[in-house]
Amino acid sequence: MQNFPILSFITFLPLLGMVILLFIPKKNELIIKSLTLVVTSLQVIAAIVILHGYNYALGGINDPNSFQFIEKYRWIDITGFSWIGRIKVDYFLGIDGISVPLVLLTAIISFIATLSSWTINKSVKGYFAMFLLLDTGMMGVFVALDLFLFYIFWELMLLPMYFLIGIWGGPRREYAAIKFFLYTLFGSIFILIVMIALYFSTKEVLPDGSRVFTFNMLAMMNPQNYTATGILSPLNPNNLRLIAYIALFVGFAIKIPMFPFHTWLPDAHVEAPTAISVILAGVLLKMGTYGILRVCFPIFPDITRELVWYIALFGMINIIYGALCALAQKDFKKMIAYSSISHMGLVLLGMASLNAMGITGAVFQMFNHGTITAMLFLIVGVIYDRAHTRGLDDFGGLATQMPIYAGFTTLAFFAAIGLPGLSGFVSEAFVFLGAFGFGNIRVLTVISTLGILLGAGYMLWAMQRVFLGGLKEKWASLKDLTFREYAMLVPLAVIVIFLGVYPSAMLNLMNSSVNAMAKLMAGAQTVYGSLLH
Amino acid sequence: MNTNSLNYLVNSLYLIKPELAISITLVLLVLVDLIFIKNKKFLPYVSLAGLVVAGYFIIEQFSTNTFAFATNNSAGMLIVDPFGNFFKLLIVFASIALVFFSLSSKEIKESFERHGEYYTLIFGMILGMMIMVSAADLIVIYVALELVSLSSYVLAGITRQSLRNSEASLKYVIYGGISSGIMLFGISIMYGITGSTNLYEINSLIQAPQIQSLTFVLAGILIFVGIGYKISAAPFHFWTPDVYEGAPLPITAYLSIASKAAGFALLIRFIKITFMQSVDAEGFWHLLGIIDWKTFIIIISILTMTLGNFAALWQSNMKRLLAYSSIAHAGYLLLGLAVMSNEGITAILIYFIVYALMNLGAFYVVMLIANKIGSEELDDYKGLGYSSPFLGASLGIFLVSLTGLPPTAGFIGKLYIFIALVDAKMIAVAVIALLNTVVSLYYYIKVLKHLYLDKSQKEVPAFSASLGSLVMVVALVAPVLIFGVYFTPLVDLAKHSITLLGF
Repeated sequence: MQNFPILSFITFLPLLGMVILLFIPKKNELIIKSLTLVVTSLQVIAAIVILHGYNYALGGINDPNSFQFIEKYRWIDITGFSWIGRIKVDYFLGIDGISVPLVLLTAIISFIATLSSWTINKSVKGYFAMFLLLDTGMMGVFVALDLFLFYIFWELMLLPMYFLIGIWGGPRREYAAIKFFLYTLFGSIFILIVMIALYFSTKEVLPDGSRVFTFNMLAMMNPQNYTATGILSPLNPNNLRLIAYIALFVGFAIKIPMFPFHTWLPDAHVEAPTAISVILAGVLLKMGTYGILRVCFPIFPDITRELVWYIALFGMINIIYGALCALAQKDFKKMIAYSSISHMGLVLLGMASLNAMGITGAVFQMFNHGTITAMLFLIVGVIYDRAHTRGLDDFGGLATQMPIYAGFTTLAFFAAIGLPGLSGFVSEAFVFLGAFGFGNIRVLTVISTLGILLGAGYMLWAMQRVFLGGLKEKWASLKDLTFREYAMLVPLAVIVIFLGVYPSAMLNLMNSSVNAMAKLMAGAQTVYGSLLH
Repeated sequence: MNTNSLNYLVNSLYLIKPELAISITLVLLVLVDLIFIKNKKFLPYVSLAGLVVAGYFIIEQFSTNTFAFATNNSAGMLIVDPFGNFFKLLIVFASIALVFFSLSSKEIKESFERHGEYYTLIFGMILGMMIMVSAADLIVIYVALELVSLSSYVLAGITRQSLRNSEASLKYVIYGGISSGIMLFGISIMYGITGSTNLYEINSLIQAPQIQSLTFVLAGILIFVGIGYKISAAPFHFWTPDVYEGAPLPITAYLSIASKAAGFALLIRFIKITFMQSVDAEGFWHLLGIIDWKTFIIIISILTMTLGNFAALWQSNMKRLLAYSSIAHAGYLLLGLAVMSNEGITAILIYFIVYALMNLGAFYVVMLIANKIGSEELDDYKGLGYSSPFLGASLGIFLVSLTGLPPTAGFIGKLYIFIALVDAKMIAVAVIALLNTVVSLYYYIKVLKHLYLDKSQKEVPAFSASLGSLVMVVALVAPVLIFGVYFTPLVDLAKHSITLLGF
């Protein structure tokens, strides 16, 4: 088992599944669905195997030797006279404490989204083919360590997502789908241009001693590898690192989505089918913050330190603005969508603290937001399937009609608010403690805490409008949860409670990496400052 | 004439074997057409055989790097070098595709009788383009350009079926006539100043003492106009949408690739040879400062791609949409030239291979659909993705590749252009080009929206194309996907083809 390429397996299994699926006649809908379920279950098992074999002591981040499950092969290597057309790309996968939680999250969410997709009845084959392609793209982003590979996976998700929203979505699906596509492509062109500029600024030392331009992210994180004249090299006095950082950050921020680039999210969420909302909120949004942690922070630690106040500021705006918008919503799903924006703001704030506590909070919040919001969207899906409406004011008194459903909703709502004993509390507490500990952003942190208050406001108010009060007559026939819905909600509920009571399970996993990141950030000024002089 | 120069002439004939093969095929086609009056089936096979032979000769002498038909010791009329051979191969490839396209096109098969003329004219065009990409003399360039133009004017209107067909032909003639006139004017001025029509001689004549004359600048620009019209660069692109829409689909596809490739080869050769001062160790060109080609081409290319992309947004006819898209792609390609480095030329060559594959593919699928539903209007594409899943998916892949998203070959093409730009520190230009890509996504995805997202009002007949056509589609889809993830062979080929004779 030692040499089994488990990361390739977990990444490309869905793609393989898709290829097989294309050969199944489209009438056999059950086989198609089952195949997808098998693929995603295998992914969960693979994720557990990875977790089992994961060494908690190794940090990763910028140290190539402490990444785990590494697979590194030469993929493209064009050599020749001078360096014209020379390009070297490695097929380089590996994980550390920051990617492990997200690999796990992706596996779980994909599995649950498959269950949630069971009710899809329009072009089933196309749906699941796109779904599996999306799955490969998501997983690939979290395991790729070569920037070129990372970018390919990043872009690979766009098209399936466009179709999944555009074909199987709600009434305004076309608008939402194209908006999502244009926004994210707009963001990724910045990633592309910075990627090429980074390529020309760093040279990796090969085993034979020669130095070549590289897309290897870990090589880019080593200040020793910068060329003297590269436009993003700190050695070059006229470097464009600040501009490149902002461009890269914007590219990732669109995915988070960070204010003011957030407007695609409510549209996409409202129009997307439930399962896709779950994936969107559960995994896709995390790619933005993961990208910042994986690419922006370790490659540009010097600039990160300079701009950290602004990152925190935008985190704060996300928290407050998202919460205020959520408070104003009359549509259940839209409210959850805006609450996502608010909660992703916490991740930004936590990262901006640059200390171990804050970054732990940020990564943990990414995982928790993934599970909790997935639950919330499933809950919206349950009621929408039955009532065909999502208006918060259309309901009332459902707690008597659907008590178990109400129970799960309460759990998810409380976890989202951050009630102690549930996972959301731990990550929120870590984020605020970490951010408060960093003097520069203390004021922003204090203002951000208002977000919790607002969060409690919109969540509890929604609770009241949907579940309390008198039951409307037309809802008297609503059934409580079915077996399939239990199968989706119970695992997530267990995770939420388990990590609330015993957060160390997750914290230990990321501990070494977070410390490595904090150390890198702390030392950035000295290391990069000394380069120029 | 002494024996030496006679020997030289004979040796030169060996160097133009591909051109000879094409010429002989042309004559054969006329004969076959005359002998088998009733049976036109042989024509495409004779054409294919001729093309394969020509292709073989090109590969055989791929790395040759010399003059043919030298007028004196320093320079000749034609150049045989890897750069030219690359484009000749590309032209032969596109021509083979064209023959297959014509075989499965309903428009070509049913709407007119004179297939002999059709194939003969195509070979006239091929011959013209082959000379165009290897010409070293302004007169040869002009003659080749006219040979290509005259054949394509007729081909654009050959079916004479509809008004738009004749309109295409007429517009093409008028625009072509004017721009070749302008070009000829430029050539005459250049001859008047330097006393030579050979690019290499002109280059050495203007080196020392360096020429500084406004008239010479004018001459350079006027010649650019003639070439700019061939590659449909703005503002000389106005004929493109109308001609592309009106011409029969196989011819449209062919014009958008072969004719553009020949134009680009000519442009690169013209600028690089005539104005070259030196190439530095990193492959950057240092041109003579008479004309600021770099700024000029940057402006033209930004204009071209922006205009192409924005105009394409409003199109509802597939052919017109692809016409504007091909204008936009000419803009991206010009950026590779604007870098003024060997790296930029590598990028152009890579882009051309990719562009040929995906553009041929897109036109081919559009043609297969037009064969069945008799329309190229986007509104008639509604729901087609469901009624013919394979064609829909293939068209989707070609369009995604044209947008330049990974993991398709289109991404690699764009990537290399941007790599060249960033390497030359032309970041602002790269950003503009990338923003253009985002704009282009909107109209490419609009086609996918019609294919998959929209439901048709009327019943869409389920259909699939013949087995042969499907094989052809697969043959074009497969490399688009494979080169998207493994592009080493692509880059290797391009890298070996950037050698221009002399530099």
